[in-house]
Amino acid sequence: MEREPKAAPALDKRKRAVVISVVVLVGFGLGFGAAHLLARYIAYWDIVSGPFFLSLRVASAAIVIAGVTGVASGYMLAKGHFPGRDVLETVGSLPIILPPTVIGYYLLEVLSPGTQVGGFLTRVTGHVFVYNVWGCIIAAAVAAYPFCLRAARSAIAGVDPALEQAARTMGLPNWRVALQVTLPLARRGTAAGLTIGCARALGEYGATLMIGGDINGRTRTMSLAILDSFTTPERDTMLLILVLMAIIAMTGVGLLGRSRS
Amino acid sequence: MTAALELAVARQIGEFNLDVAFTVESGMSVLFGPSGAGKSLTLALIAGLIRPDSGTITINGHVVTDCSRRTYVSTQKRRVGMVFQDGLLLPHRSVIDNVALAVRQTRGRRARRAVARSWLERVGAEGLADRRPGSLSGGQRQRVALARGLAGDPALILLDEPLSALDAEVRRELRELIRGVIISSSVPAVLVTHDAEEAEELGDVIIGYNHGRVTGARVVDRPVCPGPASGAPESTGRA
Repeated sequence: MEREPKAAPALDKRKRAVVISVVVLVGFGLGFGAAHLLARYIAYWDIVSGPFFLSLRVASAAIVIAGVTGVASGYMLAKGHFPGRDVLETVGSLPIILPPTVIGYYLLEVLSPGTQVGGFLTRVTGHVFVYNVWGCIIAAAVAAYPFCLRAARSAIAGVDPALEQAARTMGLPNWRVALQVTLPLARRGTAAGLTIGCARALGEYGATLMIGGDINGRTRTMSLAILDSFTTPERDTMLLILVLMAIIAMTGVGLLGRSRS
Repeated sequence: MTAALELAVARQIGEFNLDVAFTVESGMSVLFGPSGAGKSLTLALIAGLIRPDSGTITINGHVVTDCSRRTYVSTQKRRVGMVFQDGLLLPHRSVIDNVALAVRQTRGRRARRAVARSWLERVGAEGLADRRPGSLSGGQRQRVALARGLAGDPALILLDEPLSALDAEVRRELRELIRGVIISSSVPAVLVTHDAEEAEELGDVIIGYNHGRVTGARVVDRPVCPGPASGAPESTGRA
């Protein structure tokens, strides 16, 4: 909107008329398309709303868990000098390297009530962590964790240590230096990691299928529902919705990038 | 009278060996010498940012470092204010929040900001309170850094070449300000510089440094010394 007046003087009247015509035609086309899509989408809403809101809930819980643990362990890796530091970083990055189904298999082995660890967890907490929403949250959190960890670690490591020293000379204890100096200064890099982690949690598929199952109304997230929809008559509608979602996502990313620059 | 600072430390970094001892009583003591003589390293040792290999440091009668007894009081508990060469103001906080963060003697955000504001007034930076450090000039940054260094009611303030990055006119202006504020606040100060004119103008005592050693100390002859000690400071330096 704000850029149009700057570009307009460069165009002569004829070119401007062509541009306006194209914009109007494209606008009408998109408008009709959107109206048509909306009508079909409303009919389809009952099928997608459950997975959609479940995905939002799962991704929100997962990003809180992955964000807190990822930033905390990123801080430890950036600032700490302790044995096993490299091992922690490697293990923390495994969900990026390994196929999601392999991660799902490991999680199933650890969390299933039939295993020693899973049985212990079930006895202690009174909860089962597989084939329910907890399984979906854990799978999404594990998938998002390495992105949060790695982004936080490099952002925290990039903070000028002299500023932290200056804060110490002001009498701030180390925990306040971390919360009031280091983390605020590392916020951009950390936020970027959390954003990617959130997107990863939202799109988690393999591990979620393994430890959440694909139970309609309980653990069927949007990613699982999308695959399921390709075996149903609503395939075309779903395809249109996905294209629209991709356009919205790309526009969002573009706008984010522009506002940051 | 308890010395503001008693120091006798040694520290080896690579091939550089620092081995110094001196005492600061009150007023402004200047560590003067060429670059690489170990002046800034000495300040870092006093502030507790680096540990010495051996020796002791006493601030206001409290032992803060004693290597033989493995005593190392953390930087936060030394009650030392510090002004760095480039200010090192926190870029994500406003000027007043930078200063308020250093206020230790009062609790509550409003009270700390009130103390911070009064210090900003004393250094002539009250108009900068709501600005971000990134929008300040070098001289303005150092005024704020001086306010921040003193706002925590320190037992000792350390100034690490605070004027070296400024142009001549601003340096002259800030020299007067620094000397005036240090004298009026009664906080003993140790300033590092390699500028002879600055050392003469600011120091009550000049402690010479070269190759990691104290080469001598002398009291600067001033016709009038309006300092709180009402007399010549009794700093001594020994190699």
